[in-house]
Amino acid sequence: MSIFITAFIVGGLISVVGQLLFDVAKLTPAHTLCILVVTGSILDGIGWYEPLIDFAGAGATIPITSFGNSLTHGAMAEAEKHGFVGVLTGMFEVTSSGISAAILFGFIAAVIFKAKGKN
Amino acid sequence: MDDKKYATLEQEISPKPPLFQNIIRAFLTGGMICLVGQFIAVFYMTFFDFTERTASNPTVATMIFIAMLLTGFGQYRKIAQFGGAGAAVPITGFGNAVVSASIEHKSEGYVLGVGGNMFKLAGSVILFGVASAFAVALIKTILVKFGVVSW
Repeated sequence: MSIFITAFIVGGLISVVGQLLFDVAKLTPAHTLCILVVTGSILDGIGWYEPLIDFAGAGATIPITSFGNSLTHGAMAEAEKHGFVGVLTGMFEVTSSGISAAILFGFIAAVIFKAKGKN
Repeated sequence: MDDKKYATLEQEISPKPPLFQNIIRAFLTGGMICLVGQFIAVFYMTFFDFTERTASNPTVATMIFIAMLLTGFGQYRKIAQFGGAGAAVPITGFGNAVVSASIEHKSEGYVLGVGGNMFKLAGSVILFGVASAFAVALIKTILVKFGVVSW
């Protein structure tokens, strides 16, 4: 039960960091998301992101930081097995579903929906 | 009026964003989206053969599917207007960026319009994710080779 509460709080807090980068640092959404992705990647490099996932579940896997985390995680897991080549080959090992879902559903949406103003 | 004076005047006159309100809204929206994600993850763990770690993959795909429906029916824009970063930071914001770019450029054709513009907004996230993942994993591999840290 408590995983639902921690998911809500951690997910909310990561969003607040994004909002602060919007409002206080005056960054564009694209810059903000890039910073968060890089942060997630570095946090996984020093081994702090996996404990966060254990603690908060979807609160850590749903924010965009987890995209950087899973890219790094795949790369490091392959590098552990195959050395330097693995850094390149393992990159999309873990995070394949996010990219393939975005491409597939983006295409389906373009087929079935009509543009009406800004979506 | 010189440029410097104009800049300070503009800053004084332009309305300040209600920072506290924006933060509360971002917290609630981001938290709600992650809560929905947690329910979906538990669903996959209960009814399919997924563990806590592996459940995040189908969860992310499902969240992007929901973002596609909300974007297609014009509802995600309303969530984004209310939630600010709370709607942009979760993976649904990434899905929304891809789906809305696809729909918007449909009129230019499927190859040049949809295919060429799909990652117009989300591409930078993929680029910096891959670049930083490469750098971090490379540094870690080198450190392990030299015996500074272990996997």
